[in-house]
Amino acid sequence: MIEVKNLRKGFADKTILKDVSVNMLPGQCNLIIGSSGSGKTVFMKCLVGLFQPDSGDIIYDGKNFTKMSVDQKKEIRKEIGMLFQGSALFSSMTVEENIIFPLDMFTRDSRKQKMDRVNEVLNRVNLEGANKKFPAELSGGMMKRVGIARAIVLNPKYLFVDEPNSGLDPQTSGLIDQLIKEITEEYKITTIVNTHDMNSVMEIGDHIIYMYQGEKEWEGNNKEIIFSKNQRLNEFIFASEFLRDAKDMRMLEETGKIANDRNMEDLTHDDAPELVPSPSE
Amino acid sequence: MGFFSEIGKYLLMIKGMFSKPENWKMYWKEFMHQCSEVGMGSLWIVVIISVFMGAVSTVQTAYQLTNPLIPKFTIAQVVRDTVILEFAPTLVSIVLAGVVGSKIAGELGNMRVSEQIDALEIMGINTKAYLVLPKILAALVVIPMLIVIAAMLGIWGGKLAGTMSGIISSDEFNKGLFAGFIPYNVFFAMAKAYTFAFLISSIPAYYGYNVKGGALEIGRASTKAVVVTCVAVLFADYFLAAILLKND
Repeated sequence: MIEVKNLRKGFADKTILKDVSVNMLPGQCNLIIGSSGSGKTVFMKCLVGLFQPDSGDIIYDGKNFTKMSVDQKKEIRKEIGMLFQGSALFSSMTVEENIIFPLDMFTRDSRKQKMDRVNEVLNRVNLEGANKKFPAELSGGMMKRVGIARAIVLNPKYLFVDEPNSGLDPQTSGLIDQLIKEITEEYKITTIVNTHDMNSVMEIGDHIIYMYQGEKEWEGNNKEIIFSKNQRLNEFIFASEFLRDAKDMRMLEETGKIANDRNMEDLTHDDAPELVPSPSE
Repeated sequence: MGFFSEIGKYLLMIKGMFSKPENWKMYWKEFMHQCSEVGMGSLWIVVIISVFMGAVSTVQTAYQLTNPLIPKFTIAQVVRDTVILEFAPTLVSIVLAGVVGSKIAGELGNMRVSEQIDALEIMGINTKAYLVLPKILAALVVIPMLIVIAAMLGIWGGKLAGTMSGIISSDEFNKGLFAGFIPYNVFFAMAKAYTFAFLISSIPAYYGYNVKGGALEIGRASTKAVVVTCVAVLFADYFLAAILLKND
């Protein structure tokens, strides 16, 4: 579990994070969402220790990360895996060398044990046989999967994922989301995902934190977000007509009603009549 | 203010390199890799430059020594001392600032921009120690070796040019090489070699490690690293000459 208490961070005279407090539970996908410049990335970088917060506490399973020495932080970091937006694979190394790197650095296992572990995680991300390929030979989705394999190879307790779907097609995005969710539940990892992708929000959002101008504006899950009356959140999530229709459809299915500010005619489009359920259904 | 701030950040980077390695074997592997990169990657250019600088020294010295009272073996003496004192350490270091410096700045800059350095940090690795220190140590081991090779090849190139063009005979050149040889000059050359090796590796590492932005900024950082390193090498060259070469 990761507890964040009154986290503040600024650069020069501009405050980016304003007293953010949140608890993130193991076995859940904790999604941080918000528009560009809302402080999501700074928040995540503070959590992993790439930025030192101005004040507040970050507590990893009872251990206060913000008050630790550099060496103590190193110990916590060995329990952290991270998938970067651009995957951050070592370009001069093969897939196998990328994944074995943390094992070589931090374990005294035999070569065979390490190779077994590499093949195990490659199988887990459905990339068996890609051992000898270089990052330049991989597609965007494959690079993300190698990034996930490297992040979980040391069995981390905490997994941080930055924009997992950027640059990916919707189908591959769905596969990556599903993989993150499965790994989180299987290994009981506390997963924190920084995303803009609304499909991810709806599919894997066990716990969603909406950031607005450096503050936690809303918190809930992917069921509650549909019924939220928070105007800023609704404007951000349901920014397009299509998504507003989808929201109303979901509300209609679950409550028999649609949003107060909309009426049934809003759902009736000449070019998409099938969106409206027929009375016989 | 900017200059002192840069110096301060550079010194902090140097200080940050010294921590206990997470895994000695991995650090040793990285050190050996860097030795190979710096040494083998620069060997051919050093060989070519050295032979030609020696050859040109012989021809130009002979051109200027027109007085028949000056013995011909003086040419070899002049070539020897010029190559050992200045050409091998300084000229080769200026070239290495371009070859090795831009490579170090580009490599680290690319790692920074593509978040590979962040990935290492999050794994719990001291990236200054793992990425920068092996490069500096490798340069301190390999660059003085390259400079010794450059000095020998420079003198050999001078002899080759002299004998082939009929400026000086082989025997006369050998006689000049041993006449009035001052071993201290070799010490001076090695002092320069170690100083320049440190500058050639640490300054580009600083610029590469602290790149912010994208591909354009990596290019700018590489260029700036080479320019600053060349200026620093020339400044150090004068400084070392001023303090180490004094006729008491």
